[in-house]
Amino acid sequence: MKFPAFDYAAPDSLDEAVALLAAHGEDAMVLAGGQSLMPILAFRMAAPSLLVDLKKVPALDRIDIGAEGVTLGARSRWCDIERHAGLAAAHPLLAEATRHIAHYQIRNRGTVGGSLALADPAAELPGVAVACDALLTLAGPGGERHVAAAEFFLGPMTTAIAPDEILTAVHFPAWPENRRWAFQEFARRKGDFALAGVALHYDLDAQGRARDMRIGVIGASDRPHRLHAAEATMNGSAVDAATIAAAAAAASTEVSPMEDHHAPADYRRALVATLVERALQEAAS
Amino acid sequence: MSAPNRLIGSALERVEDLRLLRGRGQFVADINRPDQLHAAFLRSAVAHGMLRGVDAAEALSLDGVHAVLTARDLGSPMPLLPIRLQPLPELEPFCQPMLADEKVRYVGEPVAVVIADSSAIAEDALDLIAVDIDPLPAITNRDQAEAAGTLLFPEHGSNVSMRWNAVKGDADAAFEAADYTRRETFTVQRHAALFMEPRGFVAEWDTDAEKLSVWGAAKVAFANRKILAATMGLERDQIDMIEGDVGGSFGSRGEFYPEDFLIPFAARHLGRPVKWVEDRREHLMAANHARQIECDVEIAATRDGKILALRGTNWTDNGAYIRTNGSIAPRNAAQFMSGAYDIEHIRLTSYSLTTNKTPTGTYRGPGRFEPDFVRERLIDLMAKDLGLDPLDVRRRNLVPADKMPYPLATMTPFESVTSLDSGDNHALLDRCLAEFGWDEKVALQGQCIDGRYHGVSVGCFIEGGAAGPSEDARIVLESDGSFAVYLGSAGVGQGIETIMGQIAGDALGVPFERVRVHYGSTAYVAEGFGSFHSRSTVMGGSAIVLAAEALLEKLRPIAAAALGCALDAVVFDEEGARDADGKAVAFDALSDAPVSAEARFENKKYTYSYGSLAAHVAVDPKTGQVDVLDIASTKDVGRMINPATLNGQSVGSIVQGLGGTLLEEFVYDSEGQLLTGTLADYLLPTATDFPNIRSTVLELAPSPHNPLGAKGAGEGEIIPVGGVIANAVAQALAGFGVEPMALPLSPPNVWRMLQEAIP
Repeated sequence: MKFPAFDYAAPDSLDEAVALLAAHGEDAMVLAGGQSLMPILAFRMAAPSLLVDLKKVPALDRIDIGAEGVTLGARSRWCDIERHAGLAAAHPLLAEATRHIAHYQIRNRGTVGGSLALADPAAELPGVAVACDALLTLAGPGGERHVAAAEFFLGPMTTAIAPDEILTAVHFPAWPENRRWAFQEFARRKGDFALAGVALHYDLDAQGRARDMRIGVIGASDRPHRLHAAEATMNGSAVDAATIAAAAAAASTEVSPMEDHHAPADYRRALVATLVERALQEAAS
Repeated sequence: MSAPNRLIGSALERVEDLRLLRGRGQFVADINRPDQLHAAFLRSAVAHGMLRGVDAAEALSLDGVHAVLTARDLGSPMPLLPIRLQPLPELEPFCQPMLADEKVRYVGEPVAVVIADSSAIAEDALDLIAVDIDPLPAITNRDQAEAAGTLLFPEHGSNVSMRWNAVKGDADAAFEAADYTRRETFTVQRHAALFMEPRGFVAEWDTDAEKLSVWGAAKVAFANRKILAATMGLERDQIDMIEGDVGGSFGSRGEFYPEDFLIPFAARHLGRPVKWVEDRREHLMAANHARQIECDVEIAATRDGKILALRGTNWTDNGAYIRTNGSIAPRNAAQFMSGAYDIEHIRLTSYSLTTNKTPTGTYRGPGRFEPDFVRERLIDLMAKDLGLDPLDVRRRNLVPADKMPYPLATMTPFESVTSLDSGDNHALLDRCLAEFGWDEKVALQGQCIDGRYHGVSVGCFIEGGAAGPSEDARIVLESDGSFAVYLGSAGVGQGIETIMGQIAGDALGVPFERVRVHYGSTAYVAEGFGSFHSRSTVMGGSAIVLAAEALLEKLRPIAAAALGCALDAVVFDEEGARDADGKAVAFDALSDAPVSAEARFENKKYTYSYGSLAAHVAVDPKTGQVDVLDIASTKDVGRMINPATLNGQSVGSIVQGLGGTLLEEFVYDSEGQLLTGTLADYLLPTATDFPNIRSTVLELAPSPHNPLGAKGAGEGEIIPVGGVIANAVAQALAGFGVEPMALPLSPPNVWRMLQEAIP
């Protein structure tokens, strides 16, 4: 459980950090809170020649709330989100999902960028990102580019980040007043990765019907994704027992869960339906 | 005892805690010796195969690597891990070589040891060793083991290493005559003790003195010294085993493992101290696993619910080798299937199967947790079939107080006869029901409230303790008037410094502060048997009582001379001795030279503490989640030494039982690869998972077998947890006809039962 040997750099600027990545290619890895990378190194599942620590790069820990939404710097920690005075009002779904992430100690170190860049299929923030059409900012040698969450997660532990790019921020579009939302997940123990989870939100039209339904699911596939069929059953309908049941049924058929030693695929499929049902009930209540 | 009882029975704070909470504990990882080297183990990544070769040339060329030891370095014949408990000759063919030799038989088996300047370099070197293994099919379950298409030990001719029989009365005749019988198959999953502080050793060989010092001893230091002396070709007095603070054992830590030999061997081989601290990943595949069993058991009863007989077969999955105490779970699973119940006729057989998995050993309540699950489930199934109240059935069948001592089934081989020593099972059951609030809670049976189904259940258990043969204690009155107590018991985190101090203080009639307890070194007393089978308090504590009596008798003539009175006029008190006229002499005036007395407490009869445990669960039928809303337990320990540490034992034991019932499972794939090799995959209960646990400890029936009247109490409440929780889940889901026959009751497993039950 000792790390393999590697070089370490803590550049003072984003440009320097990107230059280091550009010079070392896939032999370099980016270190932020270290809550996943440290165990990965201890298990020797990765052996980078260089760690680029972002701790001195300025402004990566910012949390900006404005008319256009919420922007989290990649080095914002879970505890920063929890303790932020305005965030629960500015983006209640994000704040609620954060409460489910890992344990106290991990929340003091773990970062937004680390979770997004790692892309664990069961992690909470990636699910919120796809449910909220979040926009991710990547900095590379040629400058910045933006990638929508839906295009960012490519598979388990695989993202659209190029070897010479650094994820610097994630932007969540503005949260309208009176938006309905819920976050539900099921984990074996508090703080564990979820067996499955659902982040959803919608707005109500003048007739009290749901519109712009967004349902993101985690732990039910090789990446977080939206449940388009379930969303479609709800859009334009009242949120009641019948439509909720239909959405849950649609959700269970549109996911293709993986099977592992934690849970068989059919269990996860049923669990997604249950979580969609419970999240919709919670949002409607 | 010569003084009024003041310390025994007091909830004294643990004297260990101040040191531990301030971070001043000395665990093995805290020990460092000048010039020490570090070891890392190359472990087999293949479950079963012929070991053709190990090429360490590249690893040896790495800067900082001092040696790579393989089987050929250990000499011939290869030293084997001996069997400590029940060392039957039939088991010897299944003993583990200290390093894999010719064959590997489980993932995690040590193949080579790298010794280097640092752990990191040693781990770097592991990647450079080339191991050539011709894979063989992996045996990972009972069917494969019994089919014997592949044999782990071909020369033995079978994958069954041993057969154990428990017999009492005439079970077949009782079944013949019975109104009611039911036969079911039950399984308990592989899990483990998982003590929090991983194992570790620092070994140092003094070339000039030809003496070996080993830090990191635990549980059974004297027994391990014997093994180490024999396997290294040393005399016992050439070895000092030193125990520091120990972060838990639960039966597993402190048993002799290959590393216990390899680290001292490497230290002597290289002439430099060698240190190794186990990491969690290797712990999960290297330290003893436990519990895995399949039981095909039948119960016979009268129409009105009097249990007549049990018969059937157990198959324990013992993994690749029989280790030091690997025979305990299979033999116990047969002998203790009857538990606290009066069952006249028993015929149970346990087969130990060898498989390509980590070898097994004892874990808190070994071979007791497993059959309690089976028996308590059978009792509830029987009650349901016969239309009886399961509580009435238990009352009807518990061993009554007037039948004590009550004989259990006799085991063969290694014939052993044992009897429950004393107790009032019915009183403990009634007290448990009262503490739990049974009458109010049972009204919730099977009800669905806010989407969750509620169930309650209660079960009864026994806990064996106080294994012999003996324990030694030596007490020295020092020249400053204090008493030093030297013991062969072992501290594994259970607080024996406190407990033994309480016993010694009362036995000597002096304040706690005047007593210092020393244990944890083979240099302190001539012999010691350590901490297992809930024996420390009873055996070590009784030895202290005898040594204190002997010491006071030695001091009597010294005091009589000092006081100028007759021997029988001397009375001891907190400060020293006085005569009938009140003339006094202090202890420090009696010990110009230290006065020492040693005593041995010998005992062959086990103590049996006993009790009941009730649980209230709520089951979410959609997720399969079982929430434990309340648990109340009772246990009679005969005599309580420290209610606070005892409560800690009880609650901790229940939490571990809940881990084994709801969370913990070692999962292997068909190739024999361990899939749950981290604590993210192997789910341990954490401090917040089960907040609602209440334990009540009583002292109704002292043990007749020791001067304290105490009964072993370190395991107890873990034993009934699986059965009680499974019965509560069955009660909750009675409307669906769900009857759990297997542990763990994980959400997917409970959900699966519901899917299969719903038409």
